[in-house]
Amino acid sequence: MKFFNNLTFGQYVPSESPVHSLDPRCKIAAVLVILTGIFMAKHPAVFIAWGILLAGLTLGARLPFSLVLRSAKPVLILALITASIHIFFTKGNPLVSLGFITITSEGLFLAVNMGFRLIFLVLFASFLTLTTRPMELADGLERLFSPFARFGFPAHELAMMMTIALRFIPTLLEETDRIMKAQLARGASFDRGGLWKRLKAFIPVLIPLFVIVFQRAEDLAIAMEARNYRGGRGRTRMTPLRWKAADTAVLILVPAAIFLLVYADRSLS
Amino acid sequence: MSITVKNLGHTYHPGTPLETRSLQNISFDFPRGTWLSVAGHTGSGKSTLAQHLNGIILPMEGTVTVDGMALKEKTPDLREIRRRVGLVFQYPEQQLFAETVYEEIAFAPQNWGTPGDEIPGRVAAAAAAAGLDESLMGRSPFQLSGGEKRKTAIASVLSSKPDYLVLDEPTAGLDSFSRRELTELLSRLKKAGMGILLITHDLDIALSMSDEILVLDGGRQAVLGSPGEVLAHLGAKPVPGLRLPDIPALSLLLRQRGRDVPISWDWREIKKALLRSAK
Repeated sequence: MKFFNNLTFGQYVPSESPVHSLDPRCKIAAVLVILTGIFMAKHPAVFIAWGILLAGLTLGARLPFSLVLRSAKPVLILALITASIHIFFTKGNPLVSLGFITITSEGLFLAVNMGFRLIFLVLFASFLTLTTRPMELADGLERLFSPFARFGFPAHELAMMMTIALRFIPTLLEETDRIMKAQLARGASFDRGGLWKRLKAFIPVLIPLFVIVFQRAEDLAIAMEARNYRGGRGRTRMTPLRWKAADTAVLILVPAAIFLLVYADRSLS
Repeated sequence: MSITVKNLGHTYHPGTPLETRSLQNISFDFPRGTWLSVAGHTGSGKSTLAQHLNGIILPMEGTVTVDGMALKEKTPDLREIRRRVGLVFQYPEQQLFAETVYEEIAFAPQNWGTPGDEIPGRVAAAAAAAGLDESLMGRSPFQLSGGEKRKTAIASVLSSKPDYLVLDEPTAGLDSFSRRELTELLSRLKKAGMGILLITHDLDIALSMSDEILVLDGGRQAVLGSPGEVLAHLGAKPVPGLRLPDIPALSLLLRQRGRDVPISWDWREIKKALLRSAK
């Protein structure tokens, strides 16, 4: 039994693909544009186009479709809840009426929209982490933020914090998994009883987890300091970021495609 | 009464790029009152095997049977199997959470539904068996020393009165004194009729304490047999990443040089044989 077997959000899957080898700055910027585009989506039909874009990118990244799609699993329930709230509580032209439940066409429209918006946001965001090494991601963010460093913005520190946080998500899940198994072996059960009982059953997991997390944080800080880490100033890079022609091309093509999509969307709705 | 493993196989993350074959075709029988050691290098599948024995992982291929109860999806026997097979994880002190040592040890019997008036007796017996001093019972487990934490964690498994104890590298990170204390504790439990299954990469302990040893190599069963048989096999066909301890290595070397010494992990036997042949 593995409790977090299917979690791919935030994971990096290495591959020798054109998408993997793009500059992280380019990928971050492109994903930001895509996410903005998704927020602007209005017509449900446009999500087909978003799906095609994601499929194209997945092919370009040489990743299995199932892997990319699986990253939306954690928000699936949230998307369903959001969609059902919209479907039942939106006023407008009644479409179907069953007793006190009325489904309006506006509600259906909004529900599909909201649900897909949420799912596609997560899919594209996790596509970024699937194809970009955490270190590259942090480097890219640091460079993108560096203009603000002049005004006292902690660009390097923020990037380092993000890298470490991302790096430790799988470790902590693994750790949680291990502690849950250890308590299970001592007869704890996490799936019996009412809500209160189940919540209480997590105390034997949370306390050891906190102890380990703080211990790890302290060990990591000491280990970094022992190797003379003292923030961003004067720190060199092993693989300096290099902007290529392909990056420029992507950064022209993606926003252009998104612009067209949003334009088509507007004229549809 | 025994744990029987037949043709057990396990694959992590099947159907994803992270797919790894962890166990392949493992079979053995492990009766109560015996000591079976499972040895192998890092990543040889030892811990995965340990987690199969009380149903933390259910068999994908092959079967695991505990005292005649088969481990499978939704078996009504799962809780009883988990009670009978105590599992001590690697660095078990990382599972400690209760406010006092006493509560920590009482956690398992409460989970198994032991009547309240029996619990103090259970806790006292488990603490005594693990060699925990009575004065520690009111302390917080987080204030204890490393060795004491380890003992508390083991006592917290013993308190559910298991018939088998599966330990995953229980001596890791302990000093040699605590290590000896722990192996003595385990051999006492074995004499009392408990089955001890020790997962280790330390062949020294495995050779000197076990009735049988199973050596894993890359998830496959490299050899299964008595310490003598395993030693002879490892001498002829070394398993990568598993180094023979100095004394058995010496006995094998002496034999290669034509000396008449037994293959052994006991230096006294080798000395005796050498003295005899010198006469």
